[in-house]
Amino acid sequence: MRRARQLLVTLFTFLWPLVTSFGATPVQSSSSTSIFSPASTPAHTIFRFSLFVLAIIAAIFGTVFGLLVYAAVRFRMKADDDGREPPQIYGSNEIELAWTVLPVLIVFVLFVTAARVIHQIQDARRPPGAIEVTVVGHQFWWEFRYPQYGFVTANELHVPVSDPKHPTPTFLKLLSADTDHGFWVPRLAGKTDLIPNHPNQTWIEPHETGIYFGQCSQYCGVEHAKMLLRVYVQPRADFDRWVRTQQQADPPDVPMSTLAAEGRRVFLTAACINCHTIKGTVADGRFGPDLTHLMSRDTIASGAALNTPKNLRLWIQNPDEIKPGCLMPAMNLTAQQFDEVAAYLMTLH
Amino acid sequence: MVVGGVCRKRAGLKAGATLPAGPLRGRWYERKPMASDSMPLPQGIPLPQETRRTWLEIAHEWVTTVDHKKLGLMYIIYALIFLVIGGVEATIMRIQLLVPHEHFVSPEVFNRMFTMHGTTMIFFVAMPILFGFANYMVPIMIGARDMAFPRLNAFSFWMTAFGGLLLYFSFIGGNGLYGAGNAPDVGWWAYAPLTSPAFSVGHSTDFWTIALLVSGVGSIGTAINLIATIFSMRCRGMTLGKMPLFAWLNLVMAGLVLLAISPLTAAQAMLMIDRYLGGHFFDTQAGGSAAIWMHFFWIFGHPEVYVLILPAFAFVSEIVPVFSRKVIFGYPIMVGAAVAIAFISISVWAHHMFTIGMPSYANAFFVLSTMAIAVPTGIKIFNWLGTMWGGKIRYATPMLFCLGFLFQFLIAGLTGIMLGSAPFDWQLGNSYFVVAHFHYVIVGGILFATFGAFYYWYPKVTGRMLDERLGKVHFWLFLIGFQLTFDSLHIVGVLGMPRRIYTYEPGRGWEIWNIIASIGVVFQIVAMLCFALNLVRSYFKGKLAGNDPWDAWTLEWSTSSPPPAYNFAAIPEVRSRRPLWDIKHPEDPDWKYE
Amino acid sequence: MSTVPLAIPPSETPWQLPSRGKVGMLSLIIAESAIFTIFVVAYIFYIGKSLSGPTPQQVLRIPIFATICLLSSSLTIHLAVRALERGRVGTFKLLWLLTLSLGAVFLVETGLDWHHLIYEEGLTISTNLFGTTYYSLVGLHAFHVTVGLVALSLVMLFALAGKVKREHAYQTGVLSLYWHFVDAVWVVVFTTVYIVGR
Ligand code: HEA
Ligand code: HEA
Ligand code: HEC
Ligand code: CUA
Ligand SMILES: [Cu+2]
Repeated sequence: MRRARQLLVTLFTFLWPLVTSFGATPVQSSSSTSIFSPASTPAHTIFRFSLFVLAIIAAIFGTVFGLLVYAAVRFRMKADDDGREPPQIYGSNEIELAWTVLPVLIVFVLFVTAARVIHQIQDARRPPGAIEVTVVGHQFWWEFRYPQYGFVTANELHVPVSDPKHPTPTFLKLLSADTDHGFWVPRLAGKTDLIPNHPNQTWIEPHETGIYFGQCSQYCGVEHAKMLLRVYVQPRADFDRWVRTQQQADPPDVPMSTLAAEGRRVFLTAACINCHTIKGTVADGRFGPDLTHLMSRDTIASGAALNTPKNLRLWIQNPDEIKPGCLMPAMNLTAQQFDEVAAYLMTLH
Repeated sequence: MVVGGVCRKRAGLKAGATLPAGPLRGRWYERKPMASDSMPLPQGIPLPQETRRTWLEIAHEWVTTVDHKKLGLMYIIYALIFLVIGGVEATIMRIQLLVPHEHFVSPEVFNRMFTMHGTTMIFFVAMPILFGFANYMVPIMIGARDMAFPRLNAFSFWMTAFGGLLLYFSFIGGNGLYGAGNAPDVGWWAYAPLTSPAFSVGHSTDFWTIALLVSGVGSIGTAINLIATIFSMRCRGMTLGKMPLFAWLNLVMAGLVLLAISPLTAAQAMLMIDRYLGGHFFDTQAGGSAAIWMHFFWIFGHPEVYVLILPAFAFVSEIVPVFSRKVIFGYPIMVGAAVAIAFISISVWAHHMFTIGMPSYANAFFVLSTMAIAVPTGIKIFNWLGTMWGGKIRYATPMLFCLGFLFQFLIAGLTGIMLGSAPFDWQLGNSYFVVAHFHYVIVGGILFATFGAFYYWYPKVTGRMLDERLGKVHFWLFLIGFQLTFDSLHIVGVLGMPRRIYTYEPGRGWEIWNIIASIGVVFQIVAMLCFALNLVRSYFKGKLAGNDPWDAWTLEWSTSSPPPAYNFAAIPEVRSRRPLWDIKHPEDPDWKYE
Repeated sequence: MSTVPLAIPPSETPWQLPSRGKVGMLSLIIAESAIFTIFVVAYIFYIGKSLSGPTPQQVLRIPIFATICLLSSSLTIHLAVRALERGRVGTFKLLWLLTLSLGAVFLVETGLDWHHLIYEEGLTISTNLFGTTYYSLVGLHAFHVTVGLVALSLVMLFALAGKVKREHAYQTGVLSLYWHFVDAVWVVVFTTVYIVGR
């Protein structure tokens, strides 16, 4: 018995650092997506719950593993075996009862705890200050609508950091325009799927500013792997400034170079407008991301590439180069026109 | 009901002894010596003239056979071939995932690879290999000469076989015969609406659907056959309570197949109606629901995984007692636990759908039912432990694999509990943690147990032992490779790596684990090659096995190796769960205690 | 090599096992029930979810006559098997033929219903969710009736050729299990489609 306890302690001391190390430094660089370094309420609640589950599991594991090892070693056939069969034991009702009841109790405890956490997260009430965002999953990019503020953006979600005294969580309504997708930013919340005809909801309440990474977690087709996702958690003032920029339409008479002006003409006469919206112009397509404030984003094509002039030009010329199989076709324009359109896009701040 | 501590000492035969030659004497199996006693095999029936046959005749015999043993072997060989194919697909995926932004295959190919890998491994490796063992062993173990419906048996095998061929034909015909073909790329769950004509053009999804429909019919046929065999073909004296656990577990498995595969068949029929007749079952544009496909699929999918694990339990329940030299601990409870697992497993399907936004009470219900399965499963593990306890464990290769099974299944079950805790699953679901969980069960559990079964019954099937040295090399290499690959995948899952992605971003701490996981596959391949070598070489050069090389206790060891076409010259009669123990220990037979 | 016979002592206790035909047929029925369950669930799930017409209330006519035919065929087949057990082959043939015709009438009625729905009401399998679920569920059942009729006709042919004797009562009995199942399923389908779904 003492040996068993020792073994348990050893196992625990061995396993614990392993578990906690997921949340610790080396991995927790800025781009960490570890589920064990939560930065927002639901993720935190889940994290605490998962430590509880892990502790129980580790205890069961230690016990049963220890017993198995003990039996496997202790009862092996010795070299000097006398060739007699060991005593034949057919069973024991007392022992069977013991190892039925004990797991039943454990299961019950796990269930009750899980049910509480489910209720806590899933049925959370929406405080008055909550931000509302409608997330629409598309093959293979994200559309974010801010109905309270009346604008639409893509791929990079901005939310204010939440002060525990005046909580401003963000509630996300999850819709899909085509196939199933999954909204998953591990450090902020667990994942929830976006399913056509089946509106879902989730929420986040981040306590630290920063960029949080995630990606689509439900297989949705060819480019499921590059349906990346970023959440910018900003101080309230920054967030409000960002909202004001986004609300503006593309001013028609902004001074621009002839190159860009020509690009604008090309854009507005080419097929681009069938799929993209630029507020303040005739472009009002909904199939692709809203480009009104393209330059306010750090990445293009839902995180597949950084938003640099070079990438932008490459993207319009041949999207497959960056994201093979994505749903934006390569446009049939001249090299000159590509330059012009890229120049125009770079005016969309 | 036997209560604790009925012990007795064994006298007489040495462990490892074979059955006494000549007429057997004992209380209830006394018989008059027959003329056939001195005759060579097969008793009382003249040997057919051993003539050289052309390969065509041999092929004809195998294709038209209705013998359960030949069909069982065909299932197993067929599954082994697909195991290599599925393994090659897995290897391609592991190469692609070796480093971030790798360009080994295109995204389209990668998506086809995991779809084909998953479908192949589940439907054309795991199911047939387990059906093969059941087909071969169940009739012999219950003292029957064949399955209840031999022709249905052949029909079922060929349906399954054609299913696999149809699936792979998609590589040629998937896009229509003109142009290049392509394999299905919708994942092995084929979630709607990805399978709708709008998102899946061409015929690749149709091949997937039809392949599973066809092989599903085969599986249902086999299940019906197994049930009828076990209920109606047992030899005299073998009441349900005296059947070997192997037969019991396969009976439960067959029952579960009836309840699990049928919904899949129905769902596939609906999908075909959608794709070919313009139906709207899963058409989200016309008010159809994507979620209902998920429900239908997992009503099949979850019981399916228990369909796979129950036969693995069956192997372990036969091998552990023999190599611990002890009777199975708690037989009636083992049976009860299996039945309980089957029943509970019908009500847990939605734990695969914790992330689809079910109401909180539904999530809570499925947490409870999911975890409830831990209880009967735990009982099984504990009873195997109880069987080993106080025994004299011989570490021959079959037992080594079973030990691997016990350790790895324990871990896999516990990660299952983590996934079963809904909030935890909101983080772990659809990540590599899930991939690691189920490979731990399927490879670390089922495949290990199956390898154990290969080493255990190969002597019976071929008359020759598999090489023990090579077997141990196989075991250790596969163990190492398995651990390297699938331990690492748990970790990347926790670090946030979703599954089914053909490439990933650097800088998230995933690189090193992916490299380790891919390296593990190299070990697995070498191990598999050892195994293949062993299978082939031992067939020609292996040590002769004799009838009962392991000093075992169930009926299959009482007939010759390989068994004659009719299994038993005289249909046996039993009085206990271990008829051969009774013969070997007439002074202290089992039936006194059962 | 030799097989070691576990010799058979003279049988003292009788050793009786269920017949494999019955066990097999019951297993098949379990599997089929699972299939029907899925279709019924889909039907019930989609009641009232069609985005466009026609609705069941507008177009469905309750097939009372067909239902009576099908249900009474259960009785006739039962009597037929009983007759064969007693060796009355003539009665058997007559009742078997009656069963066959009742089943056929049911099929024809279903066909007429469908004709009405398709050509007069404009409801096809692709019209809306109601059409999809209705034709699949009723069609699945009709398919089972058809299979049953083919099997029954085979027996009828054998009977006409004088090949069905008293000792075949067992086989016909197993077949009749299937037919009873098809009838029982109709009760479920009828309830789902014409009572719950209307
Ligand atoms: C043969 C296969 C097999 C087996 C036996 C299991 C067994 C279990 N599985 Fe697993 N599972 C799969 C194959 C299997 N699984 C597959 C293939 C998938 C993924 C499919 C896909 O997505 O592609 C999957 C996915 C899967 C999920 C979905 C994850 C997701 O997609 O989000 C979940 C969630 O609950 C789960 C849970 C469980 C549980 C609770 C068990 C339990 O049965 C385990 C019970 C065993 C134990 C718990 C250990 C022993 C018990 C004790 C020592 C007693 C004491 C213990 C306690 C009291 C806790 N499994
Ligand atoms: C029976 C079931 C089974 C088995 C045995 C395996 C075995 C393996 N699986 Fe599989 N796997 C699944 C069932 C199974 N898998 C399922 C259901 C999925 C989900 C699919 C989906 O998401 O839709 C999946 C998904 C899956 C993924 C995730 C893909 C993704 O989500 O993107 C990965 C990735 O590493 C993987 C890897 C492996 C590996 C390395 C093995 C290895 O253990 C295989 C080792 C075997 C061999 C390598 C064969 C032996 C070869 C030879 C003897 C010949 C020499 C070979 C070469 C030269 C290559 N599997
Ligand atoms: C058929 C529809 C279609 C047309 C036409 C089209 N696009 Fe796109 N575009 C898309 C889609 C879909 C995406 C999102 C791709 C992804 O991320 O998977 C996209 C993405 C983009 C992006 C990146 C946006 C972001 O925030 O990530 C830019 C820039 C862009 N398109 C510019 C153009 C220009 C310029 C043209 C015309 C020359 C054009 N598009 C024509 C569909 C289209
Ligand atoms: Cu969107 Cu995966
Ligand atoms: Cu499951």
